[in-house]
Amino acid sequence: MSDKKKELKPNTYKFDTLSLHAGYQPHKNAGSRQVPIYQTTSYLFDDVDHAAALFNLERGGHIYSRISNPTVGVLEERVASLEGGTAALATSSGMSAIFLTVMTLCEAGDHLVVSSQLYGGTVNLFRLTLPKFGIKCTFVKPRDTEGFKKAIQKNTKGIFGELVGNPGNEIMNMPEIAKIAHEAGIPLMVDATYQTPYLCKPFEHGADIVIHSLTKWMAGHGSSMAGILVEGGKFDWMQNDKFPTMTKPYEGYHGLSFAEEFGPTAFTMKARAEGMRDFGPCLSPQNAWNVLQGIETLSVRMKKHCSNAEEMVKYLMNHESVAWVSHPSVPDHPDHELAKKLLPNGRGSMIAFGIKGGKEAGVAFINNVKLASHLANVGDTRTLVIHPASGTHSQMDEATLKFAGLSHDMIRLSVGIEDIDDIKNDFEVGFRAARKPRLVSNQ
Amino acid sequence: MKFKVNNNEVYASTGGRPFDKKKPLIIFVHGSGLTHMTWVLQTRYFAFHGYNALAVDLPGHGLSGGESLKSIEEMADWVSAVIDAVGHKEASLVGHSQGCLVTVECTSRYPDKIKTLSLMGGAGAIPMNPQLLSLAENNDPKAVDLMMDWAHGPAGHFGGHPVPGLYHINTGTMLAKSRTIQNTLGVDFRACDNYKNGFEAAKKIKCPTLSILATDDKMCPVKEGKKLAALIEGSQVDIIDNCGHMMLLEEADRVLSVLKKFITTNYPPLSS
Repeated sequence: MSDKKKELKPNTYKFDTLSLHAGYQPHKNAGSRQVPIYQTTSYLFDDVDHAAALFNLERGGHIYSRISNPTVGVLEERVASLEGGTAALATSSGMSAIFLTVMTLCEAGDHLVVSSQLYGGTVNLFRLTLPKFGIKCTFVKPRDTEGFKKAIQKNTKGIFGELVGNPGNEIMNMPEIAKIAHEAGIPLMVDATYQTPYLCKPFEHGADIVIHSLTKWMAGHGSSMAGILVEGGKFDWMQNDKFPTMTKPYEGYHGLSFAEEFGPTAFTMKARAEGMRDFGPCLSPQNAWNVLQGIETLSVRMKKHCSNAEEMVKYLMNHESVAWVSHPSVPDHPDHELAKKLLPNGRGSMIAFGIKGGKEAGVAFINNVKLASHLANVGDTRTLVIHPASGTHSQMDEATLKFAGLSHDMIRLSVGIEDIDDIKNDFEVGFRAARKPRLVSNQ
Repeated sequence: MKFKVNNNEVYASTGGRPFDKKKPLIIFVHGSGLTHMTWVLQTRYFAFHGYNALAVDLPGHGLSGGESLKSIEEMADWVSAVIDAVGHKEASLVGHSQGCLVTVECTSRYPDKIKTLSLMGGAGAIPMNPQLLSLAENNDPKAVDLMMDWAHGPAGHFGGHPVPGLYHINTGTMLAKSRTIQNTLGVDFRACDNYKNGFEAAKKIKCPTLSILATDDKMCPVKEGKKLAALIEGSQVDIIDNCGHMMLLEEADRVLSVLKKFITTNYPPLSS
């Protein structure tokens, strides 16, 4: 009788609990409270039958750490749980996660529609390297939602973009672009490195594959390289004949059809069985463990990253040396409203701003800040700065820089979790140095 | 593979091997609202070791056509029709949860056809919580979330899937939401709630029977599973510690090794 009165509620674990516990059962690991680091290349088979069953995907388990590893497996499950995904596959870096995703999806002769505002390395992968494998890409500006639709061709196998573009902070209208992709019967792949699942869960907005450079906020401490692809499990690979490598019998596993056999986890299973076997960009167990330590405090850190970022936005907007500030929390940012919808827990800690005095002032600023680190990374606990046109995106020509939304006065700032006053004081030193050459030349 | 039963297309996974009429047949019957994919860690082994392993999608579920069947009795007849449709005279049955009700009923109705029966998380009756039933019948996704919560034991809630990288609560959720909830889970829950013949059917079963039960199973507790097993002559019982109702995922290796021993002993494979 009491059941009728009491509303039933699922008691599955919530985000902060999953960040600490998902993917790991101590009683199966000698009671070790901390996730053990399985520093091993390979795993004993019980007998020949057991070995054959593992090789043939008849049962779960580990064979060789290039394919899977128990420590890495905990990380994979943990991220899948946090994203609301069915499965995940960790890789040695974010770039290898993107490459593995594309190579699992595409064959020579295929085409992708890609957002133009991406990390420079990703741009080069899509623009220069993938064509060498026979995979061509059409770039579309992230705010040009209709442009994504127009760029789809008969041989298009997916749409790829960073939810919030690097470094210009332009936001893709993910729900609308997901609709476009799904109407065309292709998946939407989203690099959500800047957001982490704490700020946005792309599967809730229509994405099918989520990719992270775990090196950034997920690990959070600037210590370890890692990447991951996560599968949402909703995309129906069998709805059309666009994905024969997912749906048709695969010679490499005795005629296995990944889509029929593994359904909502088919993409990850193929990426592991084929991609990790053949390309081998495996994550070391030590780095997986380091990333797990970071994830334990993800929500705590992201709150501080975001609050510090919003303070810095206010500071920069009122600073005489700053020409412009781009961050989704700024009310006149073109994607401000979209950001409120997609990033309800915070708008992230990446800020782009223009320094008065252009490239020369930018260089002086970068060379004179002392607390902020000048390096090619983002998402560290420490504040990081770089001048993209001469750093992360320096391999681009003038036209590509413009298309990617970069300018010579742009400074990319990854706000850390130091005391906010110390960051501001450091920036004052940088701004003073940036003003000096101009003051001199004005005299 | 695809074939027809009662003019409706049926999808059944063959565990990655082509169907071969010479090999003995094992039919795997999934639980409420789920699909053939719940069996992936059992079927592939049998398919590569001398059996035809058919993990069926019940009508209206997964990749099968037609509408969901409204009673356990209809599902039991349908399983018998599957055996005929694939050109076999007999089969070994494996059921999970609702699939146990179906396979118990089928075995009692067609004793000459069924050679062994394996029950996972089974009971003689599965009365539904009225609120859960109502949520499912009203297409509320909360019904799936509640089912996934109750179906996994405390350990299973942390994950630890035997296949690296898979997170089974989300995978199960996605399977149960892959088609319209009220047409799959809603119909199945109502069929379970209505079914009252389990204990009587069990008394008629004479073939070798195995019950795999789990100590943390909230949906079909060990006590209920034992009650059913006690009515089946010579029935074997295997109890898995620290595991919930989704034992075929939570403790896939243990389930496979128990199942392997039982089936190969009582219904030998075609030797290669």
